[in-house]
Amino acid sequence: MSEKKRTNMVPFPSDAIIPERDLGTRPVLDARHLGVEFGGLKAVDDFNMIIGRTEIAGLIGPNGAGKTTIFNLITKVYQPTTGTILIDGKDTANMNTIQVNKAGIARTFQNIRLFDKMSVEDNVKIGLHNGLGYSAATGILRLPNYWRKEKLMHEKALELLSIFDMQDMADATAGSLPYGAQRRLEIVRALATSPKLLLLDEPAAGMNPHETEELMENIIKIRDTFQIAIMLIEHDMNLVMGICEGIAVLNYGSIIAKGTPEQIQSNPLVIEAYLGKQKEAKA
Amino acid sequence: MSFLTNLINGISLGSVYAIIALGYTMVYGIAKMLNFAHGDVIMVGAYISFCATQYWHMPAWVSVIVAMAVCTVLGIVIEKLAYKPLRNATSLAVLITAIGVSYLLQNLALLIWSSNTKNFVSIVNFGNLSLFGGKLIISDVAIVTVLCCVVIMLLLTWFTSKTKMGRAMRAVSEDKGAAQLMGVNVNQTISITFAIGSALAAVAGVLLCSTSPVLMPTTGAMPGIKAFTAAVFGGIGSIPGALLGGILLGIIETFGKSYISTELGDAIVFAILIVILLVKPTGLLGKKVNEKV
Repeated sequence: MSEKKRTNMVPFPSDAIIPERDLGTRPVLDARHLGVEFGGLKAVDDFNMIIGRTEIAGLIGPNGAGKTTIFNLITKVYQPTTGTILIDGKDTANMNTIQVNKAGIARTFQNIRLFDKMSVEDNVKIGLHNGLGYSAATGILRLPNYWRKEKLMHEKALELLSIFDMQDMADATAGSLPYGAQRRLEIVRALATSPKLLLLDEPAAGMNPHETEELMENIIKIRDTFQIAIMLIEHDMNLVMGICEGIAVLNYGSIIAKGTPEQIQSNPLVIEAYLGKQKEAKA
Repeated sequence: MSFLTNLINGISLGSVYAIIALGYTMVYGIAKMLNFAHGDVIMVGAYISFCATQYWHMPAWVSVIVAMAVCTVLGIVIEKLAYKPLRNATSLAVLITAIGVSYLLQNLALLIWSSNTKNFVSIVNFGNLSLFGGKLIISDVAIVTVLCCVVIMLLLTWFTSKTKMGRAMRAVSEDKGAAQLMGVNVNQTISITFAIGSALAAVAGVLLCSTSPVLMPTTGAMPGIKAFTAAVFGGIGSIPGALLGGILLGIIETFGKSYISTELGDAIVFAILIVILLVKPTGLLGKKVNEKV
């Protein structure tokens, strides 16, 4: 990625860092001392992360480190055992998955979870429901509002699909799309819920280098167009180091390093977690 | 002519099964549970319509609307009280609860309306249609039943494919978790599914009792089980499957009763269920579910 995308990361408020341009605004995510236990096993322990309003943040770590668990905690698929999560300043302690979504969190999945039997357009419309809703009675009685809202939804769905040049596939069945297009559709569906923070779980998994390159451009384009924050889990280091501004490294459920791509790349703890401990050179 | 008469009676009976089967199939598709109390909601619907016309002297069409309203509320209440607390329980627990609700409804009906059979007065009274100089007589109820079935199917197909609620239903039926993460209110969607299924059950109850006017607390049980058979026959979870299964079952039952044996009619119906499950476990229009490994 080009150097102009690089931003200065500044301390906020203590050990956290966010991009300088997001300093004056409330961070979109503020997770403190987050932890969860499954039957005595600490899957995540004392996880702290702050994400600026327009930041692209990365969450990396070896397999089984607890990265997807973090996403499941933020979206309330699991209830955290300890700690707090603030979304745009709002405490999510008493929220469920639906309320967290309304508060501004949308996500994609590691193994694609589209509504396979539904059309591409309908998949996007599911995401649009909360923003452009009408009551069930309106739908059943076909009040004028029904036609207006459905038309608006149709236009909005095509507009969102056009981000990835997918408007021509609107009528295809989601399950019949090629793999890469399914991954892109998942992002569009998540964007349709108008999130403030978009969580991408291994967006480049299974993509070839060319598709990954395109995806990187698109992630930046999404951030710039919608002015939202993006947090991504990814194993493709080209992508992570290329577009993420702040990176957190997770191992055995705990953060072992935080910083800019440059800081992470030269951090001995990170290298150890990925490659194993380096043998002491014998004197 | 007896062949045509049987065919028409079969289609008419099948239409009732189809309307009931829709309730089973929609609830199964969305909540992934078999609501065995569905048949008894039919009975309640018929009783309400009976009371509305006989005791409260309402016009027939108003009685149908009242029955639909009562059953809608009943369906929502059953779901909230009996099934919602078991959302994450094993399917066996939910199944047993459904059977429990079924007996509860039957016994409540016994308490309220007593075990005496009521003579249901058909709500359709515009006279039978006589064709070919009286050789072929199509009853008015049969005409209305088939029309109702067609209209309901069209409305439901439109509702599930073109409205927000319908899309939410399809999304929930495919992946509850992902739907929730996209902001779909799963509980509300399941509630609405029960409401629609129960309202249809009321219509089916009135049509059923207009055809065969014996009304008692167990009236809904047998048609309920047959409609369930129809839903499985057509492919449970599929709306066109419920229609196909219902109509076919109605025709098979009518032909079985008139050409083979009146006593064996029901046995033939269930024998067919067993054969279908052996040959094509997913039903006629059911899709094969690929388990993720």
